[in-house]
Formats: sequence, structure tokens, C-alpha cells
Amino acid sequence: MSLSPVEGAARAEMEPAADPVKPDEQGIVGRSPGQLAWARLRRDRTAMVSGVVLVLFVVLALAAPLISKLYGVGPNEQFQQLLDGNGMPLGYVGGITGDHWFGLEPRLGRDIFIRMIYGMRTSLFIAFAAALVTTAIGVAAGILAGFLGGIVDTVISWITDVALALPFLIFALAVVPTVGLRFYGPREEVPPAFQVTVLIGIFAAFGWTSTARLVRGQVISLREREFVEAARASGAGLGHMLFRQLLPNLWAPILVAFSLAVPSYITGEAALSFLGIGILEPTADFGRMIFQSIPYLQTDPAYVFFPGVTIFILVLAFNLLGDALRDALDPKSSR
Amino acid sequence: MTRFLVRRLLTAVLTLFAVSVLSFLMFFGLPRDPVSGMCPKNCNAERLERVREELGLRDPLPEQYANYMKGIVTGRDLGSSQGGRCDAPCLGYSYVNSEAVTDTLTRVLPVTLSIVIPAAVLWLVLGVGLGMVSALRRGTLLDRLAIGFSLAGASMQLYFVGAVLLLIFTYNLRITPTPGYTSIFDNPVKWASGLVLAWVCLAFLFSAIYARLSRAQMLETLSEDFVRTARAKGVPKRKVYGRHALRAAITPIVTIAGLDVGSALGGTVITETTFGIQGLGRTAVDAVRSGDLPTIMATVLISAVFIVVANIVVDLLYAAIDPRVRLR
Repeated sequence: MSLSPVEGAARAEMEPAADPVKPDEQGIVGRSPGQLAWARLRRDRTAMVSGVVLVLFVVLALAAPLISKLYGVGPNEQFQQLLDGNGMPLGYVGGITGDHWFGLEPRLGRDIFIRMIYGMRTSLFIAFAAALVTTAIGVAAGILAGFLGGIVDTVISWITDVALALPFLIFALAVVPTVGLRFYGPREEVPPAFQVTVLIGIFAAFGWTSTARLVRGQVISLREREFVEAARASGAGLGHMLFRQLLPNLWAPILVAFSLAVPSYITGEAALSFLGIGILEPTADFGRMIFQSIPYLQTDPAYVFFPGVTIFILVLAFNLLGDALRDALDPKSSR
Repeated sequence: MTRFLVRRLLTAVLTLFAVSVLSFLMFFGLPRDPVSGMCPKNCNAERLERVREELGLRDPLPEQYANYMKGIVTGRDLGSSQGGRCDAPCLGYSYVNSEAVTDTLTRVLPVTLSIVIPAAVLWLVLGVGLGMVSALRRGTLLDRLAIGFSLAGASMQLYFVGAVLLLIFTYNLRITPTPGYTSIFDNPVKWASGLVLAWVCLAFLFSAIYARLSRAQMLETLSEDFVRTARAKGVPKRKVYGRHALRAAITPIVTIAGLDVGSALGGTVITETTFGIQGLGRTAVDAVRSGDLPTIMATVLISAVFIVVANIVVDLLYAAIDPRVRLR
């Protein structure tokens, strides 16, 4: 559904280009726009809280093997003896005990807490990598199209239009299994690293367009400014023009688009899992966990609750941070 | 204006052409046997050969493509096992569904339209309304509630919300029937009650996004000089907000709404899967799973058409809303 961060991109686009010159606050210390934005961000309590939450999630995900050691349970360990005859966890609230903080999965009896930690690792890695790749492609395409104009602009904009007109989910459904088959054949197991690469690739192929549009719009408004003309007059080359003159003026909208792209890829990956083309078992994956838990909504609500609430908090924190970032980077913002 | 339309339509045709070539190459050109999924029951080698023959898979790709396109424009003759003559918008024959793809589409398209159009009306009215109100009443309790609503909605998953709604309203409270589609012309009440959960679900998530968007946009506009000038001239508040500010604030929202509605019309895959309603999206998913190439091609093409048309409509609306925009 909302794969591309259209919303964030468009909103960032609506903000006029930030005017980096701001009178010094006390008239004594000169501060760079970056420092000002950071100071503003520091004062924003929501931003700080969501930032801390995100750092916590990232640390948990990075430290997954360590946590697993301390916790004493591996991600693929099964506790069948703690399940009843129907495969449902024994005890209350999905089998929560001192050993299994969030209970056990029905049927397989794996520990939910440690699966979530490992699953977060997969999901966050995919989301960050996809966001990085799409932002890089989008910025490059957008800056070229906007600055060069003419035929380059027409071609790039047209490619964007074509990419936007292709239905992402249907293509993903068709491509992901085919690529796996092509490289590994029907009987071989597709290694997780390969699945992850394919997912990042497909996100990159479809996701760069919104960033490209956003950057293109910004560049078009910047390219007639005096500083660009000055650079051109002093004989600056194309590379210098694009990356030394224009790019520094674009980092605010790019940063905002990036911070809003990450959660959209987390949910996008979950949506692909929902259609059965995400990361395959037994690799722990957040998206798949949620979709697998939904049939147990009535019989084992705790199983649905923990992953569902965690992904909600994760995405919410990203969205809040993205908003705060936009406010902090916008010199006109009153907050 | 006419020149703009002609040029815009030409690029649209070019875009659709690229989409069709791309998807044709992807689905028909991939090095796997496209027939395996298309064989009717009681498959044997001889039968497979015949299917291959009738689908023209032996011909070179450009010729296959040309035949396919010709079928859309003028209709074409298919083999006897594919139902013979296939009339003008001919999109081929599906062995999996044992019917012409055009027939499948005319059956499932109204379903997706029935899901998307009411939901879109709901989410636009709710989202933009909420965003505007909370921008005008900035800082009040209402504003805070609206922000909370939109943040929560924007961070939720469709299938998650859908499953919870289903559990509460259909299984526990038994207020709504099991979701399904009945034609509005047969029984409007049943049509609405079968789809209401899907509407609510889509509208909730989307209106959250639109509320955020339109609130930010409205706040931005309200701080502009022309709003202050209009107020200073003595134009009543309601008129300034409703006429001047709304008009300026709504332009970017139109762009996003156009794209969203366009791509939703091309198939609400997740919604249809969650609620088990057989619309365009689900048909596409099923087709991909069973390797039903003609149906895949048709669904991809039709959703591309929706998006391209939505883009043109957005451009026209832009000109209607913003008098500064000249269509050239």
C-alpha cells in the first residue's frame, strides 16, 4: 500500500527551500544551520523520546546473539513440552513465564521474545538498506533531472512515471519467487542473505521515484539562484555543481524523506510477508511473525499482541522522529 | 488547453506502451515455461504442446506482443480450446479460470470499484476535514485528539486493523455479516453491509495520512500574507478560511489523493486478501500464484491505466483549483 514515502516527500516538497541565513540568537555566537536544527531537536521532548526508543530498538536488534545468550534461549529452539494437545501454549496469557517473557508461539513452541529480537534485526536491516539505496538513486536521478533539464529531465521524469504506473505488489509477487527459482532451482533452499538482497532490490527498483520527484522539484527552484550562477561563472564542473553546490542545500528534505522511508519499508516488508513472499522460515522476521499470528487472534491474543504492538511502536517512533526532524530543520517553524 | 491535453495523452500512451512492453517481457520473456501453470486438467505432453501452439508461444516475442496488442484494439481469433473468436478489448484466454480474461475483469472490476470509491470519499472527507479543523483550532483538545488519531492510524497495518475489526464486528458482536460482494443493483443494503468493514479500514488508515497532511498544509497557508491581508480587508473569517486558504492548501493534497486513488483502483491487494473479497487485486495475486499469464498481463495493464488516467485528472484539477497554473 503505502510503500513509497509519498506523503513525507510531498510534505517536504511543500516546504519552501530553507533559507540557511539566520540572525545569531544572542548576537555573539555564530551557529551553523545544522547546529541550530540540532538544538531545536534537543528541546523537542517527543523527538528525544522517540529517538531513545529507536536507539533502544536498534541496539536490541544489533545485540541479538548476545541477548539470546543472556536470555538462555535460541531463536529456533522449540519448547513442545510447554504446549497442550492442540499446540497452544500452556498457562496464562500465551504461556508467559519467567523463562519466556512474551510466551510461546502456538504449534512450534518457539520463544516469542527472542524471535522478535531476531526478527527486528532482519526487518530493520532490510528497511535501512532499502531506504539508503532508494535515497541514493532518487537523489542522483532527481538532481540530474532538475539541474540539466531538457531531454535528460524528460527522460528521467518519464521513467519515474512508468515506474509509478507499475503495480508494485503484483510485480513483487511475480519477481521474488522467479528470481529464487532462477538461481537456486525448485529443490534447493534459498539462503536468507539472498532473499534479503532480492527484497532490497525490489524495494529499490520501485521506491526511488518519490525521492527523485522531491529532489527534482527542489533543484528546479534552486538552480536559478545566484550562488549557482556564481559557481557556473567561475567555471565549476558539473560534478562540483551538483554535489558541492546543490546537494548541501538539499539535505533537509532528503533527511526527512529518508526518516519517513524507513518505517514505510518496515511495513512494506510486512505486507510482502502477508502475501507470502517475504523472508522464509526459519529465519526470524518481524513482518512474517505478525502475519502468522493473525489467525490466532481469537485463540491466543497474546501472540498477536506482542509483535503487533512492537511494530506499532517502532513505526510510530519513526514517524514522530521524522516529523520532529522536519520541524527542526525548517527555520520558519514556530515550534 | 487542447494542446496540453493532446500532449498529455500522448505521453500517457507512451507510458502505457512502456508498461505493457516491460510487463510482457517480464512475464512472457522470462526463461521458464509459462505453460505449466496454464494447462487445463488432465495434462499430458501432447496437450501441453497444443496449448503452446494456441498461445503462440513459439512465435518470436515481438510477434506475440503485436498479436496481443492487436487483440486489444480489434479483437482476434483464438484457438478452439480458448473459446474461438475473442471480441474487441481481447485480453486473451485464461486456462486457469477457463474463461476469456475480459470476462474475468468485467466481473471483478466492479468489486474493486465498490471498495475504493466509497472508501476514498470517506477518507478524503474525514481526513481533510479533520486536518482543516485541527489546523483552525490549533492547540485545543480537539487538535490534540486529531493528531493522536492521525499518528496512530499512520503507524498501523491494514491487515492488522482489518483482522481486529473482523474479530470484533463480525465474529464477536455479529453486527456485520461476513465480508463479501453483492452487486449494488441487486441489493444495495447487502452491498453496503458486506463492504463496510473494508471501507472503514481503508478510510481509517488513509484519513490519518490525509489529516496529517492537510493540517500541516493549512497551518502553512494560514501564516501566509494573503490570508492576513484578506482578514485585514474585513473579509469574514469563514470566507477567508473556506475560500482563500482552503483553495491554496488543498492543491498538494489533490496530487497525492489522485495517485492514491489511482493505485487503489488498480487493486487493493491487501484489503481484498484480509477480508476475502475477490476483486482486481486478489485476482492478480491468484493469477501470479498459478502462473496465469494472460490474467497477470491484463491486471497489470489495467492498474497502469488507472494510475496514468489519475495523473491526467490531477493535472486538470490543478488548473481548476489554482488559477496561476496554466496548462501548456
